[in-house]
Amino acid sequence: MITFTLNGTPVAVDCPPTERLTEVLRDRLGRTGTKVGCDAGDCGACTVLMDGAQVCACLVPAARAEGRQIETVEADTPELNRLRDAFLRHGAAQCGICTPGMLIAATDLLRRNSAPSESEASEALGGVLCRCTGYRRIIAAVCDTGDGSAAAPGTGAVGASLRRVDGMAKVMGDSFGADYAPEGALVVKALRSPHDHATFHFGDLAAFATRPGVAAVFTAQDIPGRNIFGTIPAFADQPAIAPSPARFRGECVALVAFEPGTDADLAEFPVTWTPLPALMSPAAAEAPEAQAIHPNRPGNRLIEGTVRRGDIDAAFAASAHVVEGAMQTGFVEHAYIEPEAGAAWMEGDVLTIRACTQAPMMDRDETAVVLGLGVEKIRIIPAATGGGFGSKLDVSLQPLLGLVTLKTGRPCRMTYSRGESMASTTKRHPAEMRGRIGCDAGGRITAMDFEGRFDTGAYASWGPTVANRVPVHITGPYRTPTVRARARAVHTNGPVSGAFRGFGVPQGALWQETLYDRLAGKAGIDRLEFRILNALRNGDHTATGQHLASVGIGACLEALRPHWARALADAATAPGRRGVGVASCWYGCGNTGLPNPSTIRLGIKAQGALVLHQGAVDIGQGANTVITQIAAEALGLPVEAFELVGADTALTPDAGKTSASRQTFVTGRAAQAAGAALRGAILRLANAGDGASLALDGARLIVTEDGVPRGIDLSALPEQGHGYVLMAEETYDPPTSALDADGQGVPYAVYGYGAQVVELEVDPALGTVRLLKITAAHDVGRAINPALVQGQIEGGIAQGIGLALMEEYLPGRTENLHDYLIPTIGDVPEVESLILEVPDPEGPYGARGLGEHVLIPTAPAILNAIRHATGAELQRVPALPHRVLAALDTGR
Amino acid sequence: MGRYARPSTLTEALDLMAQGGRRLLAGGTDLYPGSGPTLSGDILDLTGVDRFTGLEPAADGGLRIGACTTWSQIADADLPPALDALRVAARQVGGRQIQNVGTIGGNLCNASPAADGVPPLLAVEARVELVSPRGIRDLPLAEFITGPRQTALRPDEALAAVLIPGAAFTGRSAFVKLGARAYLVISIAMVAARIVTEGGRVREAAIAVGACSAIARRLPVVEAALMGAAASEIADRIDPAEVAAALAPIDDVRATAAYRAGAAAELVHRAVNEALA
Repeated sequence: MITFTLNGTPVAVDCPPTERLTEVLRDRLGRTGTKVGCDAGDCGACTVLMDGAQVCACLVPAARAEGRQIETVEADTPELNRLRDAFLRHGAAQCGICTPGMLIAATDLLRRNSAPSESEASEALGGVLCRCTGYRRIIAAVCDTGDGSAAAPGTGAVGASLRRVDGMAKVMGDSFGADYAPEGALVVKALRSPHDHATFHFGDLAAFATRPGVAAVFTAQDIPGRNIFGTIPAFADQPAIAPSPARFRGECVALVAFEPGTDADLAEFPVTWTPLPALMSPAAAEAPEAQAIHPNRPGNRLIEGTVRRGDIDAAFAASAHVVEGAMQTGFVEHAYIEPEAGAAWMEGDVLTIRACTQAPMMDRDETAVVLGLGVEKIRIIPAATGGGFGSKLDVSLQPLLGLVTLKTGRPCRMTYSRGESMASTTKRHPAEMRGRIGCDAGGRITAMDFEGRFDTGAYASWGPTVANRVPVHITGPYRTPTVRARARAVHTNGPVSGAFRGFGVPQGALWQETLYDRLAGKAGIDRLEFRILNALRNGDHTATGQHLASVGIGACLEALRPHWARALADAATAPGRRGVGVASCWYGCGNTGLPNPSTIRLGIKAQGALVLHQGAVDIGQGANTVITQIAAEALGLPVEAFELVGADTALTPDAGKTSASRQTFVTGRAAQAAGAALRGAILRLANAGDGASLALDGARLIVTEDGVPRGIDLSALPEQGHGYVLMAEETYDPPTSALDADGQGVPYAVYGYGAQVVELEVDPALGTVRLLKITAAHDVGRAINPALVQGQIEGGIAQGIGLALMEEYLPGRTENLHDYLIPTIGDVPEVESLILEVPDPEGPYGARGLGEHVLIPTAPAILNAIRHATGAELQRVPALPHRVLAALDTGR
Repeated sequence: MGRYARPSTLTEALDLMAQGGRRLLAGGTDLYPGSGPTLSGDILDLTGVDRFTGLEPAADGGLRIGACTTWSQIADADLPPALDALRVAARQVGGRQIQNVGTIGGNLCNASPAADGVPPLLAVEARVELVSPRGIRDLPLAEFITGPRQTALRPDEALAAVLIPGAAFTGRSAFVKLGARAYLVISIAMVAARIVTEGGRVREAAIAVGACSAIARRLPVVEAALMGAAASEIADRIDPAEVAAALAPIDDVRATAAYRAGAAAELVHRAVNEALA
């Protein structure tokens, strides 16, 4: 028996002495506030205090806790409570998975130093990784834990920097996929391919199934439905459990369900592997002798997307200046701090799956296909999701959990290890891009010719989306009269490339924005002025022929002018190799030329409860808050009056996937419509005009017009359905059109725009880059919640920094968070956000999407600043020190 | 379930070691990540042994650092300028969470080519004290680490302490570490330099480079070239070719071999200058 003090209370635990303290806290004591991100001391999510000092609980043997004081995020201490409030005030928690670790590390600091500086806060929190926030709000919160009385929570609806409506759960240790399972749940483990490509056969599975602790074994043969999933139905090709051969390292080939409390060990699972030659690059996959990874896709080509406009040869012939260049990117791992996790159980005859996700309806539909069930027999309850960034759009463990519960009739749970998460889930597409851009003597862009090859890995996932999005966006937000752009997705035996914040557009921006710097140089024009000169304006047409009515890029670039001038002056006078770079973004919100509706339900119950059924999954970006603010504004009741029913396929209408920067726009429009419809119904009932104000007072709804209040007795109204006496349900689907064979059409109803200026210093002897400041101007149409906008900007920038300077996933070599580097708290410089509001006529209250835009300009602006500082022209990211130095030597 | 013991005296620890078959556990920051989901086997946790923890003066005027002394204890200790490199390195081993439990002895026994503790200790002629039921022996650190993940530790031995001779408590030292991010850095290259001056000129130089060869190495040829140099002459005395010749860097996910060789020379230059400042 091991005894220690947990948050001031003595506890006694009977467990193996070397059991990790995380398991003791979470599994034996039920304190799931402490999170597990890596089980290796690399991420700090499990940080707890042991006798007042921060430690990774995943590395502490239970026996060493004997007699010690352990403090976790569940503690109720003055420092922790001040920090919680500061985190909420500053928007320092987004998805919430790193928040417990951050809060505890900060508690350690505040007890040593009650008024830390920024650098002291960074140093103390340097061992905790965050993938959402970009760390700047966290530093601000830790340095501002005063009583907070000066900054009371904001009020109002659209335009107010309200605290997150779901923030308190995040600072208490929210309930993620790994944090709940029914009593007696089987523990599910996947057997995964250790090879990039291999046939396999099983030995005596029946004998393995009779081992002590083994409840059941499943292979592809046990899948009752169609053993295929894929986010785009026409391209679906991925088995939930692969039959032989396995097509990539990490692919699931068998499942074992273990009894709870037993040793879930697959070491002696009877399988024999025969490795096959693997196609590990698109060049190898496109070689004439290459075998097709999927027989129906000759040449290993999944798809090619094209945009053609004008006579390309004539346009280049008439151009005064032409630049030509190439750019290469690698696999990038999403590296959310929460590995995939969830649980499944039966509710009557409905299979219920609670797991991390960005797309509950898609999970339901795809799991239904795999399991051969009707969609009405599956309920998906999204757990709090600890970061997604695109990868949690695809199903991962949902069909696996479902299969085990369906076949055994018992509840089950599954939690991916860090290595398993990294090996088996999707990545950003590696890109090989080349082409040329021309301009006239005055610097006006005349033509662009682009070819991109994207490694889509073993299965289709979102490869078609990348192939279609890249040509549409490849011009950047610049007027380009003549375009030929082709992007193809090629299968390899690499990890599956899927959705990652920007769907290929960030890779394309690295190519085009670095070439624009060279083109500006040839034309003899300042790099920012070149972009302003060419910026799309109202009335311009895009490369797809779409007429634009509300373009914000000019405003963004013009807002950067004084910052650009100041930065250039600073760089010119400072010692060292300082550089300044700029790059832009534009990004269409929502599916590319395809329907993607959202539906919002809003109702008032007889006793006066105002309920918003909000199915847009909040993975940290803030949809719960933003959608509530929009509904509140449209309805005319305060945000605090709303009860939120979060995403749940049994309780919320389909609000689509949290993807493509569409929720604020598309679901926001549905919420606006639902709010307006409910308001209309109330006003009709009260026979009041639109100027009337509303208030809820218990079961009475007060409608006040011209100073005269009129009460509606809600309890006297008949029920309209779903338990509401007043209800509205509205759907919005953006008006778009499919692209034709030349990529012409209206792919998006709304675009968002932005541009960023990066200031940095290069160490010319070592090739290291130190970021000094990033100034980010983003046109969001209308900032529904400016604090959340700022959080998105800073978080996107952090991921852009990773893409530019350190992130490169290599299968089998970087399947952990110490070899795969993501930015730490010391890697994100000061970020100054300039939030611009050029209203979009289609967006709710003029709002545009933002989530992906913010990542796009950062990496190219960094490369442009490196070139400005040193002359080094990098044609490959990440710009690791040795690559920067090599580029410098080439330039010398 | 394996057996677990956390003795408080050396005698008890040696008795358990004499029985054989136990895995030695110090801070656990390398053992747990390398062990899969659970830490299996019989474990002998050395962190409770009194002789294994803490810093104490040695008879020769030097220092004895118990093998289970944590990096935070070292970073917070009152140490002479000759050990500045060690103290700086202690604050760069992982994050605070790792520094609070990770130990100097574990770092040496893990024998990673990128172990942060090794170059600063090589620069102060550190030795290691090894105990076994058969007795005590000590070895120069340079002979203790025999290859990547390999040491001279015998099956029944434990690393009890790191010994820093009093003679090495001269001069000042500096530590520079190069990686691709700000915190939680796994070194691309790192250098510790200890410089003793007399009359403004180098009288003694000890330079060690890590992560650029299978084992961190001292650079005797480069050290010799610095003898008698004034601060202004340092740059001319460090020949990058000699630095590269003393090392055997490899290509890996963090950098190329050629880059490492060049970076090592630059870092040697910077560390020496910092130690002289």
